[in-house]
Amino acid sequence: MADHDHDHSHDHGSELSETQLRVRALETILTEKGYIDPAALDAIVDAYETKIGPRNGAMVVAKAWTNPAFKQALLKDATAAVSTLGHVSRVGDHLVAVENTPQRHNMIVCTLCSCYPWEVLGLPPVWYKSAPYRSRAVKDPRGVLGDFGVKLPKETEIRVWDSTAETRFIVLPMRPAGTEGWSEERLADLVTRDSMIGTGLALNPAELAK
Amino acid sequence: MNGVHDMGGMDGFGKVEVEKNEPPFHEKWEGRVLAMSRAMGYAGAWHIDDSRYAQETLPPQTYLAVSYYQRWELAAEKNLLLRGYVTEEELKAGHAMGPAKPLPGSKLTKSVVDAGMTRSSFFRQQQGPARFKPGDRVHTVNINPLGHTRLPRYARDKIGRVELIHGCHAYPDSVASGRGDDPQWLYTVVFDGREIWGPDADPTLTISIDAFEPYLEPA
Repeated sequence: MADHDHDHSHDHGSELSETQLRVRALETILTEKGYIDPAALDAIVDAYETKIGPRNGAMVVAKAWTNPAFKQALLKDATAAVSTLGHVSRVGDHLVAVENTPQRHNMIVCTLCSCYPWEVLGLPPVWYKSAPYRSRAVKDPRGVLGDFGVKLPKETEIRVWDSTAETRFIVLPMRPAGTEGWSEERLADLVTRDSMIGTGLALNPAELAK
Repeated sequence: MNGVHDMGGMDGFGKVEVEKNEPPFHEKWEGRVLAMSRAMGYAGAWHIDDSRYAQETLPPQTYLAVSYYQRWELAAEKNLLLRGYVTEEELKAGHAMGPAKPLPGSKLTKSVVDAGMTRSSFFRQQQGPARFKPGDRVHTVNINPLGHTRLPRYARDKIGRVELIHGCHAYPDSVASGRGDDPQWLYTVVFDGREIWGPDADPTLTISIDAFEPYLEPA
């Protein structure tokens, strides 16, 4: 077993779960057969743990809040607009940004699996992939928002985007009041992951201070 | 297929539970499964819709009982077996026992990880002009295929309106049944909540799906 100085379970001495054993077996077999390179696997895991997360999306939102031309470009073609930002890894071809307004609130779901804009938000949280969210988001979005402590005016239109193809959606939340003159960096601190899925709103300055 | 994966509109799953400060992975093996799946996908061993279909065809009891990354792992095993990359004996033994099957593409090595992590494009050469344009009223088809489809049950046989055209894409229903890309135009189609859920639906609700052209008829 050429490559098997890579033992990734790090659970020496403790009892391994059936799943841990299956995964370890699979990695051993695929490595021995030459299909995978464990060092490449390490790099992928590291990227998701340290580089690719919702801060990428938050910087996109903050730029849209401060730069009208960028916002317009983002809403027209999010893939192209995001690709002009050096700090975000190249996104796939199919990113669409949708704007929240006082009249309309957007919310993203994937009822069929768990499609999610990984490149701008990182890995999806467990709740996004869960049956309660996938089942209810399209039927009772206000109820789901209630689970997140969000209550919208009765008359606000709610638009739920079910990610049924390879198109990926990111919500452009409304910019909170009292943030005039803030830098993009500082604004990005207000942009939560959930506000870019549509299950939350951007923080206001008082909430950020907490 | 009409599986439990097609969850839109089901009742009884309860509240959405949010974990504060959730880590990217809860256990080390989750990252390994994700990365292995990525690597095999990069090498062309199977398509993303093959992976989805392998999850959808898990027994419903299993699908609901296991975690997201356990589903990925089970789907990877199914695709490896189905496509002849590993054998049952190897999975049991936890070691390679025979020769490797050549991969269609190149192996994901450390030097190409960045490329391997960029989502591939699903755009394909159009086979003809788009049948619909934004603003068109459309009627979704009533289909119940045993194979893979991306038309959710709740959105079948419903009247909607085309809102966006996303270009021509690989068609999952074809890809996952081994019939190739069969490129199709892709549209965002929006429905009134009451069209989907009936008169008691939230009157402020609209729902959209991304629908491939074969899912749509003029209305």
